[in-house]
Amino acid sequence: MNADFAADFEKRFSGGPVIRAHLACPTDAFAVTVLFGPSGAGKTTVLRCLAGLERPDAGYIHCREETWFDAARGIFLPPQQRGIGYLFQDYALFPHLTVAGNIRYGLSQFPRAARGRRVVELLDLMQLVGLEGRYPKQLSGGQQQRVALARALARRPQVLLLDAPLSSLDAPTREQLRRELRRWLVDLRTPTVIVTHDRVEAMALGDQVVVMDQGRVLQSGPVYEVFGRPADVVVARIVGVDTVEPAQVLRVADGLATVAVGPVQLVALAEDPLEGDVYVCIHAEDVIIERGSVTASSARNQLAGSIRTVSREGPMVRLNMDCGFLLAALVTKQACEELNLREGERVTALVKAPAIHLVPRGSHLT
Amino acid sequence: MDWTAIGLTLRLAALTTVILVLMGLPLAFWLARSQWRWKFLIEAVVALPLVLPPTVLGFYILMAIGPRSPVGQLYEALTDQLLPFSFQGLLVASVLYSLPFAVRPFAAAFAGVDWRLVEASWCLGKSRLQTFFLIVVPLAWAGLLTGIVLSFAHTVGEFGVVLMVGGNIPGVTRTVSVSIYDEVQALNYAAAGETALFLLGLSFGVLCVTYALQRRMVVL
Repeated sequence: MNADFAADFEKRFSGGPVIRAHLACPTDAFAVTVLFGPSGAGKTTVLRCLAGLERPDAGYIHCREETWFDAARGIFLPPQQRGIGYLFQDYALFPHLTVAGNIRYGLSQFPRAARGRRVVELLDLMQLVGLEGRYPKQLSGGQQQRVALARALARRPQVLLLDAPLSSLDAPTREQLRRELRRWLVDLRTPTVIVTHDRVEAMALGDQVVVMDQGRVLQSGPVYEVFGRPADVVVARIVGVDTVEPAQVLRVADGLATVAVGPVQLVALAEDPLEGDVYVCIHAEDVIIERGSVTASSARNQLAGSIRTVSREGPMVRLNMDCGFLLAALVTKQACEELNLREGERVTALVKAPAIHLVPRGSHLT
Repeated sequence: MDWTAIGLTLRLAALTTVILVLMGLPLAFWLARSQWRWKFLIEAVVALPLVLPPTVLGFYILMAIGPRSPVGQLYEALTDQLLPFSFQGLLVASVLYSLPFAVRPFAAAFAGVDWRLVEASWCLGKSRLQTFFLIVVPLAWAGLLTGIVLSFAHTVGEFGVVLMVGGNIPGVTRTVSVSIYDEVQALNYAAAGETALFLLGLSFGVLCVTYALQRRMVVL
């Protein structure tokens, strides 16, 4: 655990909830960890504790060989000494400083000549050249986000902490920046913790996900595993999708994308220009189960496989079938009885192309 | 025109303002940020000169700094002088009397600064003191200026407290407002009018400069 960014702590608010969190991110191998959960789950509090803006009541926070917080030994490093880059939800740009002034703000430890070079470097990286003399008020939301990110990156932090980095943007800007943000993070290779309540954002940006609700960590692991195989009903309800599988785009033609999930090929709507890695997301209620082989159907995806598990969910029955990957389906109890759906039975699943949602991952990670 | 009184008043007002800035900034910052449950007691004490008659305030200050009080005895032991009816005694009274006119605008200005900007500055490696001067003061500047101007102007215009604590000693404690009062008592309206006009012009000028400066800062 020594080479990790590891934390396990508890923060109590008087008259409020108790926030408990534990996470471990490798710092040598680059990874984006997403803190995911509904509003009020305590995600931002966890991020603030990691930054040193809040002092936990118990536990520890280690980063590489440094101890940032240890309740037992009475150690608490203030944010100034933690080597972090923190992005606030609405960016908290200094309104009385220009773009260049904001980026240069944290660079006083750099030699004078290096400061100017670093600012130019970041203006370049974040595509802000020409805006260095503007004040934050004179920038668009997307530009402000890039300035805030440039400012957080300026001191070459050991860990980046991003609090809902895309939430205050309008939808088109958000989608564009989501891809760029992932690309920048991959290029920078700085371990990153991102707070979000947006499922698509979590899948598009994260490698690891930590699901939180009511101040507790419910599940953590690789994104597709947590989203695709929630540990329990609570997590399933929070993550809100049933089947999530990593896939690769094979080709895009006529607005339809063909993707490969392991040995299986699926056809989905290509809403955005797509290439490389994606996540395939399918809601269980969008999957139709047929007995035997289907000869004619409007559904573009026909997947043959066998039923692995059958479980009751109120008036519905949840099936997990193995069709080269694990696909979840939700059918009524009556349908289940009529079709005699039991474990081990061979069935065909039908999924229409628009029901398959593709979340682009941008770059390929090795 | 009573130039001695004008000079004395300006000196008193300037010194009072300097002391109020040094004392008032930390006090106001604490008032703006503290979560202490008894904070309202301090707030009430600071605001007391706003509602108390100057004679009452002056009376208590006179008692507090008199030669029989611990403060007065300590001052006498240190300097071999008495505080009441001296310039130093007047300065102490002025600081207390004008305290709310400095602290309240300061505190309001500090409370108006977005705290996340302060936290952002900490996360960028700046100490609390650096953050105060690089972020808080520039953003609260308009309110700080208001507090400085108000405490200066309020000290220039004080009357009741001066009479109670300072008396009316020319060149030592006789301020402009007391001087005008004396001239009127002596039916010397011309002299009173000259000094009054000077004071009016000065006050108007200071306020014009203040508001003009504030407007420029708001535009920025």
